[in-house]
Order: sequence, then C-alpha cells, then structure tokens
Amino acid sequence: MSIDITHIRKEFPILHQEVNGYPLVYLDSAATTQKPQIVINAIEHYYKFLNANIHRGAHYLANLSTVKYEDSREKVRAFLNAEKSEEIIFTSGTTDGINLVAQTWGRQNIQAGDEIVLSMLEHHSNIVPWQMLAEEKGAVIRVIPIHESGEWDLTQIDTIISAKTKMVAVNHVSNALGTINQIDLVIARADAIGAKVLIDGAQSVAHFPVDVQSLNCDFYVFSAHKIYGATGTGVLYGKSQLLEAMPPWRGGGEMIKSVSFEKTTYNELPFKFEAGTPNIEGVIALGEAIDFVSRLDWNNMQAHDMTLLNAATSELMMIDGLRIFGTAANKVGVLSFLVDGIHPYDVGTLLDKQGVAVRTGHHCTEPLWNHFGVSGSVRASFGVYTTLDDIDRFVNALKKSIQLLR
Amino acid sequence: MSIEQKQIEIIEEFSSFTDWMEKYEYIIELGKDLEIIQSEFKTDDNLIKGCQSRVWLHSELKPKGTLNFTADSDAIITKGLVALVIRVLTDERPEDIVNADLHFVNDIGLQEHLSPTRSNGLASMIKQMKMYAFAYAHK
Repeated sequence: MSIDITHIRKEFPILHQEVNGYPLVYLDSAATTQKPQIVINAIEHYYKFLNANIHRGAHYLANLSTVKYEDSREKVRAFLNAEKSEEIIFTSGTTDGINLVAQTWGRQNIQAGDEIVLSMLEHHSNIVPWQMLAEEKGAVIRVIPIHESGEWDLTQIDTIISAKTKMVAVNHVSNALGTINQIDLVIARADAIGAKVLIDGAQSVAHFPVDVQSLNCDFYVFSAHKIYGATGTGVLYGKSQLLEAMPPWRGGGEMIKSVSFEKTTYNELPFKFEAGTPNIEGVIALGEAIDFVSRLDWNNMQAHDMTLLNAATSELMMIDGLRIFGTAANKVGVLSFLVDGIHPYDVGTLLDKQGVAVRTGHHCTEPLWNHFGVSGSVRASFGVYTTLDDIDRFVNALKKSIQLLR
Repeated sequence: MSIEQKQIEIIEEFSSFTDWMEKYEYIIELGKDLEIIQSEFKTDDNLIKGCQSRVWLHSELKPKGTLNFTADSDAIITKGLVALVIRVLTDERPEDIVNADLHFVNDIGLQEHLSPTRSNGLASMIKQMKMYAFAYAHK
C-alpha cells in the first residue's frame, strides 16, 4: 500500500496557497516541516481549554495540562523506544539539548587533553557547543572525514576514536547532504573504548524509526519542528544513569526539591533539567505530531521519500553543468546541488519567484562546504506532503532559472 | 541628475515590465554590465559579507567633491541590485548621499531584497555607502 498523498496534503493548510502567483512548492522541510491541522488544533485547544502551569497548583486545569504534558513524554518515550519516560527531557530544540549535555556531562567529565570526536558533516549546532567546552577545558576536537560521496570515511576510525576520546557527537542524518550515517559502527567503536555518544537526530526522526535502545547511544536529541511539530520544543534522550549523575544546568523553579538560602536540593529526573515554565503547548503538540507520524506507515513513508529523491535526482542529473553534492547510497529526501557558474543565491531567488521554496547557502555546515571548496549549495528537501508534481514544478522552475542566469 | 531624478528614472524603466521574468532579466543584465571594481580594490577590507552572497565596495572622493562607488558581487542578481543602487548614489555629494531616501527599491517591488533574511549583503552595502559618505561629509 502506498501512502495517500492527496489525503495527507489536505491536512496541511499552509500548502494550499499561491506564492508570487504560483502554487506553493515547499521544498525546505529539512529547515522546518509544515504543520498538520491536528498539531495546529492542539495548540489552539491548549490555549482555549487547558492553559495552566504544569506540575503545580491543585486546580482542575493544572491537572489537565500536566496530564497532557506527561502524556507527550510517554509518547516520545515510545517513539524512541527509550526504557523509561524519565529519560526524556524536554528542551527548546536540538541545539538546546546539545548545549545541555556539553554544559553538564561535558563540564563534569571532560578534562585537558581529552578528545571529542565530531564529523565533517556536522551542523554548527553540533560543533560550536563542543568547541566552547574544549576551549574551556583544554580538550581536543577530532573530526571524522568524508568520502566525495558525502559518506563518512571510517577507515581510520580506530585512531580517531581512541583511548583519549570521551565523547563522540555526530548526526544521524546530514542536514546538508541527506546522508544516513553509519552511526552503528561509530557507536560500537565508542562503546568498545568507553566513550559516550550523542546522536543529533534533527534530520532523522521525520524519515525513519529510531530505537535508542537498539542503537545503544547515550544521548539522542531532536527538534519537534522538524517532525511536523511546533518550533521551540525539543527532546533530549539520555540513559538514566548518565542523566542521574549529571549536575543540573539551568536553575529555577520546577527543577528543585527544596530551596533555602543555605542549601537547595534538586528534583529528580526528568524535572531536574526542566527549569522554569516549559513550552507546554509545544510539548503537547509534539505528542500530536508523533501520533500523526505514527499513523503513517514508516515503510510507506520511506518508499515515498525514495520515489521523490530518485525522481528528482535523475531529473537534475540531466541538467548540463549541475553537480549534486551527497551521492550516498543511503540518503533521505534531501538534494544539494550547484550549477556551474551560477551562485546558489541567484537560483534560490528565481525559484522563489516561481513559488518554489528551497534553501540556499551553507546550511550551517561551513566546514563541509570548505571541504568541497565551494561556499554552499541549493538544497531541496522533502516531507510527507511532497508530491511528484512538486518535483516536476521544481525542475521546470530550475531550468527556467538557469536559462535566465546563463 | 539628482538622486531623486535618478530614482524616478529607474521607477519609470521598471514600470514597463509586465512580469517578474522581464524584471529579473533586466536586473541580471544590469549585473552583467556593472563596471567591474578594479582588482586592487576587491580586497577583504572592502568585502561586505552577507550570509550568502558577498559584495565588495570601493569608494573614492573625486576632486569636484563627489563620491564615486564601484562594486562587485559573486551573485548576479545581487550585482544587478548593486548596480541600481550605485547608479543612484554615485557621483553625488557626500551630504546628499547621507540624506538620500532610497524609496525606489520599494517602488519597483524589490524591497524583499533588503530584508535581513535575504542576507545578500545589499542592505549592509547601502549602510556602508552612507557611512563612507558620512565620513567624507565630516572631514
């Protein structure tokens, strides 16, 4: 059974509009996905019927919002197949989750001379927090290189991840190229020498199922808005024994057991890491987004993703002077490319004039583009609502843009 | 021709275009025709780094007291927009440049290119031109 794309598209109100006089073709889902009506409804419903601060107050609404909030935690637990719901920490997003781990686990465990391993494919969000930590502690950053295909080159992995390595922080899927990385090999190597592993799942969760127990990673982070949820909400999964041992990060309400001016004792997991009033509606909406994704069959979604990627790839390969970056065998629906002699900004501008939304630039992965010797690319990325018709319109608009620019 | 007259001239030119394609074809042509900045001035010091496209800008005070600009960009559309701004502001007195209200960008429907999300360096370039002019005006 294939997925009923017409039906799915009806659930996304934003897609049914014209941009610059053309039907919108939204090919920027890797930057953020659009939201189905049930997610939008959940946010509206929260403010109309549920709004109250959670985990405090004995009144009816406070109980109701707390129950919904904690329901979402359980949904995320099941979604990631985490062992316990207290291993799910709500954050403001992937960036927040990485910073949390760097500033708590990192500051507690990283010492001068220790090594932190990243990869050439990392987003700035998974580089800068570790650089800040390394600078503070005198630690060293090491980088897993890539092949021309945009796949990790793991031939030297045993020297890159060595006895000195304390943390390996890598993405599951490259945001710039779409490569699905061989994280199982890296996790196995890190595990063998006792290093911890953080997986940046920002680009993976919307494309295939993730099982943190079978992956055996120590931390897994993602953002709700990349999986049809709201912005400003994210998830940090951590193994409970690690989270227990980590010091709190942000101090404030909710994260304490008792406070006096002499001594404050901290709350238990997961609340220890959730200081202040969280993004309650975002967390509740994430629960709805997970329900939305769960109703679609993963196999069908992946097949759909591949159909789009293959169609777009073969069309683009026929365009004279076009170079695709990221040609790994295992990719999600992301296509990064450049056209000879044409700046990506020009392509993006003219595509926009034809109603096609793509991302242009370095996609927050400057080291990767320096490696390729270019300043960035044009990136088209797909979601569950993307159709073959979208791909056709995109390819035609691209051809027209190139014609104008040459 | 005053800054205002040049703006009116550009607005008239653009009023003849019936769709986005004609408009951008023209901008791209302007980009291709822009007199290239001399290579000695295409330096990092003169680079205005937008997030996506880069712009190099050089200013020179002429003996008659006017300020001349030359520029370049790695993106052709940005270059076309740069050409329009230069056409309006070059060879004008520094105090006039400081006080110039560049309303033509809005009037010809290109204001989106000045928004911060565009990151094309154009808004920063205009700011830089005014800063040069301000510096010369107060010398």
